[in-house]
Amino acid sequence: MITAERKPLEEIIDFIRPYSRILLVGCNECVTVCAAGGRKEVGILSSLLQMTFLRQGKNLQIREHTLERQCDPEYVEELTSMADGVEAVLSMACGCGVQELSRRFKNKPVFPAVNTKFMGASERQGVWAERCAGCGDCLLGITGGICPIARCSKQLMNGPCGGSGSGKCEISPEVDCAWQLIWDRLKALGLESRYEEIIPAKDWRPARAAGPRKIIREDMAE
Amino acid sequence: MKTESVLEKILKAGKLAVTSECGPPRGSVPEKIRHKAEQLKGYVDAVNVTDNQTAMVRMSSFGAGVFLRQMGLHPILQMVTRDRNRLAMQADIIGAYAHGINTMLCLSGDHPYFGDHPMASAVHDLDSIQFVQMVKKMRDEGKFQGGADIENPPKMFIGAAANPFADPFELRVARLAKKIAAGTDFIQTQCIYNLDKFEKWMEGVRDRGLHEKCHILAGVTPMKSVGMARYMKNKVPGMDVPQEVVDRMAGVSKEKQPEEGIRICVETIERLKQVKGVAGFHIMAIEWEEKVPEIVERAGLFPRPNAG
Repeated sequence: MITAERKPLEEIIDFIRPYSRILLVGCNECVTVCAAGGRKEVGILSSLLQMTFLRQGKNLQIREHTLERQCDPEYVEELTSMADGVEAVLSMACGCGVQELSRRFKNKPVFPAVNTKFMGASERQGVWAERCAGCGDCLLGITGGICPIARCSKQLMNGPCGGSGSGKCEISPEVDCAWQLIWDRLKALGLESRYEEIIPAKDWRPARAAGPRKIIREDMAE
Repeated sequence: MKTESVLEKILKAGKLAVTSECGPPRGSVPEKIRHKAEQLKGYVDAVNVTDNQTAMVRMSSFGAGVFLRQMGLHPILQMVTRDRNRLAMQADIIGAYAHGINTMLCLSGDHPYFGDHPMASAVHDLDSIQFVQMVKKMRDEGKFQGGADIENPPKMFIGAAANPFADPFELRVARLAKKIAAGTDFIQTQCIYNLDKFEKWMEGVRDRGLHEKCHILAGVTPMKSVGMARYMKNKVPGMDVPQEVVDRMAGVSKEKQPEEGIRICVETIERLKQVKGVAGFHIMAIEWEEKVPEIVERAGLFPRPNAG
């Protein structure tokens, strides 16, 4: 999933300070799962903002709505009537959702209420960790199902650097050494010999090197 | 001979090679790099010029290396994949070669986290093994990584690093094999304090005949004080300093610790000379270059062979 964390309240307040009627929009997908911008977080942020403004003697009207999927124009259309009369829109979705709202509401400022972080998975209750860098040319089939691009601090493709110690990365005991994980997994699968096959220099065009990416499915595109 | 490198000549002649290193200054001060280099002249075969070591900005290895060339020393261009993409790396390689620098060390580099620009984005377009492959292709095929021909290809003698002390230990010989398969001509190891572990690694290296495919220079660093010993033991990632080394440094008075550090270093070299497959020594006297001549002499490595 795409993970996100709510921005500091002060930063959000600075965005909306000039306005008195806003639309606060959550998303029912990734940001709900990582507890950053779902229906519940929309409710909490709304209360926090209203209390803060009230204390400053200002009246802030907030319309709240959580879309099924904020990155999908079909769902965003639901907001059409709700957006009438509001001065600004505050989005609790990832950057994709924020931009979809900007595209739809051309005459209203749209602000992000979260920082979009990474593509990751839940490690345990309340902990999410990066798993995929979206490089566009998946290596997992030859690296034991563990990604060295997303999970090695130096994105080394051919083995651990000299700073790997006791299974951890040199930058932090909180970070597993991706190559220790890969090696353990190759061993468990009886594929140790695969380690010595050199992974050649990566073509980064499928990643970001060829500019903003797009998928066009001829069979589906209208 | 693949190159004109003096280091290659000495190693191919079967003589124990000696390299050392120079950390360039943090400013445009040529006299500092010249002063360091002057102290090493005549005592080592080639000198590594570090590339933004510990992820702190310094004069470039290329820029500082040119001063060494002008003084008649043989710089080893260090380059890390952290700071440059493949275009910038190749540009500097042909630039350095045009200035008479024909030996280099290909590294991934310390993580920016450890330096004074932790907010910098690391590049890592290539990793160190892909980097070696690229330099070999430039030299042997005369082609850039992208495939185009190079006019007067850089004939670089290609070095890489190995750390026998990092984890997973069982992977460390295989990692060396991979670096050699990529095209590495010589290896400089991490500083050796745990000799038993190093010998165990070398056993694995010899079992696979890797010492015959690549010249292995054993890395040593003299310690100035017990404080430095403790710091290296506890704070430097990938460093293995046994407690008895720390205790030995702590066992003498503060004034005598530098001499004890030199003594340990010389004894280490003497023991490493007995290890089959060790082709020479890389003496990294960090901000202590003036002691290199003494170490070289006391370790019986002086005079240096005249490689022409």
